[in-house]
Amino acid sequence: MALLNFLKPKNQLEEGGRTAAPIQQDAGEPEKTCPNCHKEIPISQLWANSLVCPCGYHFRMKARHRINMTVDKGTFKEMFSDLQSTDPLLFPGYQQKLETVGNASGETEAVICGTAQIGKQDCCLFVMEPYFMMGSMGSVVGEKITRLFEYALQNRLPVIGFTVSGGARMQEGLVSLMQMAKTSAAVKRHSDAGLLYIAVLTDPTTGGVTASFAMEADIILAEPDATVGFAGARVIEQTTKKALPKGFQKADFVLKHGFIDQIVPRREQKKLLAELLNMHNGG
Amino acid sequence: MGQTPYDRVKQARSINRPTGGDYIRNIFTNFIELHGDRRFSDDPAIVGGIARLEGTPVTVIAIDKGHTTKERVAKNFGAPHPEGYRKALRLMKQAEKFGRPIVCFIDTSGAYCGIGAEERGQGQAIAENLMEMTTLCVPIISILIGEGGSGGALALAVADRVYMMQNSVYSVISPEGCASILWKDSAKAEAAAASLRLTAEDAKFLGIIEKVLSEKEIGTKPFYDRLRAMLVEDLSQLTEEPELIQKRYERFRKIGSETRSTAVGQ
Repeated sequence: MALLNFLKPKNQLEEGGRTAAPIQQDAGEPEKTCPNCHKEIPISQLWANSLVCPCGYHFRMKARHRINMTVDKGTFKEMFSDLQSTDPLLFPGYQQKLETVGNASGETEAVICGTAQIGKQDCCLFVMEPYFMMGSMGSVVGEKITRLFEYALQNRLPVIGFTVSGGARMQEGLVSLMQMAKTSAAVKRHSDAGLLYIAVLTDPTTGGVTASFAMEADIILAEPDATVGFAGARVIEQTTKKALPKGFQKADFVLKHGFIDQIVPRREQKKLLAELLNMHNGG
Repeated sequence: MGQTPYDRVKQARSINRPTGGDYIRNIFTNFIELHGDRRFSDDPAIVGGIARLEGTPVTVIAIDKGHTTKERVAKNFGAPHPEGYRKALRLMKQAEKFGRPIVCFIDTSGAYCGIGAEERGQGQAIAENLMEMTTLCVPIISILIGEGGSGGALALAVADRVYMMQNSVYSVISPEGCASILWKDSAKAEAAAASLRLTAEDAKFLGIIEKVLSEKEIGTKPFYDRLRAMLVEDLSQLTEEPELIQKRYERFRKIGSETRSTAVGQ
């Protein structure tokens, strides 16, 4: 049960009334129901369309799928893929959870880092994995992202990062919390050297990731309808006992309040990223 | 001690503990409060300004829960809004400009959780503090005096030295929140408190803080005298430190870097 809670959307309220079922190439199902327009969409059509429904709804996407969609073919070179958590708190059930989630997702952690080319321009890339504990940030996520920014600084490369996260990983306690400071320090050094960092916030980007590297980019983009916020909507509702405004913490709301630069549909992202990299002279 | 971690949580939350404002008033002299973030408003949950530490001007910032019910309501029970964090950053930048050391006192269940806070970018405000504090060129000491609630506490704790009072706690999530998410039962907070390793001793063991500070005679003159003497000593050491920013970077850089490697190379 506990495992399913991490793999699947928690509940309607937390997900803003959306249920994004995991879609896998080998799922063997002919159709998926779009949570937005409620139509049955053939899987093959979704795959041909970057997991975007004809109505515009963006289905959740695995990190490796996103990398393939974003970088020039065959240019991605993964880094730091061997890092795994030491379970610093010896938190009950955590080690087992890592294993189960790892087996189910085919990933060893909640972020994939590396170098790539986008529109023939070199960059460092990190993509968070929604199917690994909802992209939560523990020591490995913090360490990999920090190493990536340090590598980018040494090699004077821009960084492009796709975020998706439920926040800091509570099973690593304070060690997780400190990753917010650690990654922020690395982003700052990279930034102070005059290098470009673009973040693309995808659904959902919340908690400690919003309150650190997601909001520290020079240019912050978001996918349509992505939830972007610090506190969880349900927690806010319970705390304030007030009904939340319509579209609260959705990309449009965050754009209107001035915290992101643009909302960019998935299919337009690569072109825009390439142009932005180019305008910054490759970094 | 004979206390469970959850007992420590209760102690950390006790309304009988000295507040951030008490620490400022009793350790420093000539406190001049400076208000407002110059962008939206003034957040009473965070008190800040300039004061003297044995004669030397320092910038002091404290999350203050207040004593009376009226004060506590006005201060949102010590849960800062984005404007509080932005005020703190403004005062820290001012400290840097005038070469003053910074001392922060932290006591919050967490950054305020509400509609306005989200509209005004709670996440962005905290992120900016984290990022900017890493390169401030003046010494920073942060002391957790009660609750250290997640990002809302860390936003004032990217310091050269971080200390915790013996009965303060520091955690990525409240034990109740953790229990409710993991075990769907907030009544399991006791077990969550133990698993989260949120006591001062745990934080010291994990390499998150430098010192656990004794609460002997807490709230009395000898208590504050002891803290004042410690701050004078520690700030004089930090002021002499030529590699301050590099050391601060390394201080946080090393936390959680001992990840397990399953293969050779990258």
